[in-house]
Amino acid sequence: MDDELRRGFYRQMVRIRTYEEAIRGDYHADKTPAWDIGAGLIPGEMHLAAGQEPVAVGLCAHLTADDALTAPHRPHHLALAKGVDMRKMTAEIYGRETGLGRGKGGHMHLFDQHFSCSGIIAEGMPVAVGQAFAFHRRGTTNVAVAVAGEGAANQGAFHESLNLASLWKLPVVFVIEDNDWAISVPRDASTSVPSNATRAAAYGVAGERVEGNDIEAVYQAAGRAVTRARAGEGPTLLEVHTVRLWGHFEGDAQAYRGDELAVAESHDPIPAYEAKLRADGVLDDAAVQAIRAEAAAEVADAIAFAKSSPEPSPAAAYEHVFV
Amino acid sequence: MTVTDQPAAASATRRLTTAKAISEAIAQEMERDPEVFVMGEDVAAYGGIFGATTGLLDQFGPTRIIDTPISETGFIGAGIGAAVEGMRPIVELMFVDFFGVCMDQIYNHMAKIHYESGGNVTVPMVLMTAVGGGYSDGAQHSQCLWGTFAHMPGLKVVVPSNPYDAKGLMISAIRDDNPVLYMFHKGVMGLPWMAKNPRSIGPVPEESYEVPIGKAAVARPGRDVTVVSLSLSLQRCLDVADELAGEGLEAEVIDLRSVVPLDRQTILESVGRTGKIVVVDEDYRSFGLSGEIAATIAESDPGLLRAPFTRVAYPDVPVPYARPLEYEVLPTPRRIRDAIVSVAGR
Repeated sequence: MDDELRRGFYRQMVRIRTYEEAIRGDYHADKTPAWDIGAGLIPGEMHLAAGQEPVAVGLCAHLTADDALTAPHRPHHLALAKGVDMRKMTAEIYGRETGLGRGKGGHMHLFDQHFSCSGIIAEGMPVAVGQAFAFHRRGTTNVAVAVAGEGAANQGAFHESLNLASLWKLPVVFVIEDNDWAISVPRDASTSVPSNATRAAAYGVAGERVEGNDIEAVYQAAGRAVTRARAGEGPTLLEVHTVRLWGHFEGDAQAYRGDELAVAESHDPIPAYEAKLRADGVLDDAAVQAIRAEAAAEVADAIAFAKSSPEPSPAAAYEHVFV
Repeated sequence: MTVTDQPAAASATRRLTTAKAISEAIAQEMERDPEVFVMGEDVAAYGGIFGATTGLLDQFGPTRIIDTPISETGFIGAGIGAAVEGMRPIVELMFVDFFGVCMDQIYNHMAKIHYESGGNVTVPMVLMTAVGGGYSDGAQHSQCLWGTFAHMPGLKVVVPSNPYDAKGLMISAIRDDNPVLYMFHKGVMGLPWMAKNPRSIGPVPEESYEVPIGKAAVARPGRDVTVVSLSLSLQRCLDVADELAGEGLEAEVIDLRSVVPLDRQTILESVGRTGKIVVVDEDYRSFGLSGEIAATIAESDPGLLRAPFTRVAYPDVPVPYARPLEYEVLPTPRRIRDAIVSVAGR
């Protein structure tokens, strides 16, 4: 695999992690002394994706600006990897007028050109099917990608979407981020099969599971799926076994994880990939420092932009119900 | 006869059923705009269980008139995705009662995406669905439910009562950049296999035209009592009003034509003249359209009314099956007549 491509993977994963860490810091910064979910600079629920960077980066490396992606409630890594403007999405998360949705959406509802979110489990999948329908009808080679967690694979919308996309041979890639946990319920307590990829057979589509949260393996598997979709060979169901390093949402004490949490933390994909690239001579100290500094600067700029942006006028609450 | 908004020069001696008027509207928009397509259960070869898409498969083929699996979440969501990408889907939900299996797509997605995106994303989609009872189809195939959808912001809710409006409202709905729920009562479609009011067949111009969404029609002017209704009940109200006119009681019958937007002004103007109102609504009585109209009057000027606010609405019971039970609770001509006569003080 090309060195520059590998450095790019690392750079993008560091960029995302730097972002999530910064959001995490600001989220908790002013919720003391009594922790109040609705208080502070960033109010509301906050679902961060530390550990799941390989899925977003390996997948989005194959997508163009004209391809579509629907993300679930945990969307930042996917938005950043897909190319959503960091300043505008940050402003949205901070509830500012300059945000993607002018402060009406929030962190679970980021909408940009060909990028959307649903806070409802699995319900972004049918929308991706429709986007793929439009691409197909217009004779383009664009693809639509629906990303959801492993908990979503037990939801009706997942199954309806797979059947529909397969029936109509649409250019959809369904991606399951299996982070082992549907909030507090482990996958073996929720899911009747060890791999959701086997469910692909029920719909006559290609299925593949990537173990190890390995960015390069994700990249290759996603490449096969996207190529199939662009070639008119129909959808793929791709499951990636990834890791949730932090809570389901910020403030989740995660007592239910027990010893598993320490094991998960020892599988952070970014230090592992950095070590690999150093061993292969693709990265050195100078390169790592430069990448980290670049990420920190970009994130600081986006947060500064958000913080310096005005809050929406209260009267704007009445706008955009209808066109 | 409904005359408002009908072009004076309408040479529309041609008479169509409401079902045919709807399918003609769709066909004309599909000819005009290649982004318009239809999907739903049994919309192609069958032509729609209630005839809203009859003949369209022959004209436009299976790539634009698309039968779907019984996956309402899947195909309504797919309609939303296509609309987000700029297409103009018309998606049929066979019976509105089936909303239970797909409400997340309708309400959390179709209705909210525009708002959540701060106006950056539009969902120009028509969700077309059959409503209403009166033919013993039981509790899961007979509801109206427009109040349920109107309660939640982000959807326009269109409810035609006659063929002329049905065509013009469908054309407006397709051209609207907002999601529109288009609810046709089975009883106004003029189906050959269901008892029908003669008002379900009427003059429809051949040319394309829009009926504006959000503007009620004064379907029949009158000085004594304002009668506000919609859909099949509107037809019954006109029948009753004609009968009462012969007895010297002139009811003014207002056809709402849409629940969202609700044309509050037309209601208030009429009530301002008559001082008396009867709302006739086949949807459930409590927490719905009739209560909203009462609130509209109360918030505007409670002094407008010279007689108690009166409604003939569906009592708060599920739709029963057996004929004597269902007709006990439907807004029948007898109940409508009694309410108008009572309010008029005759």
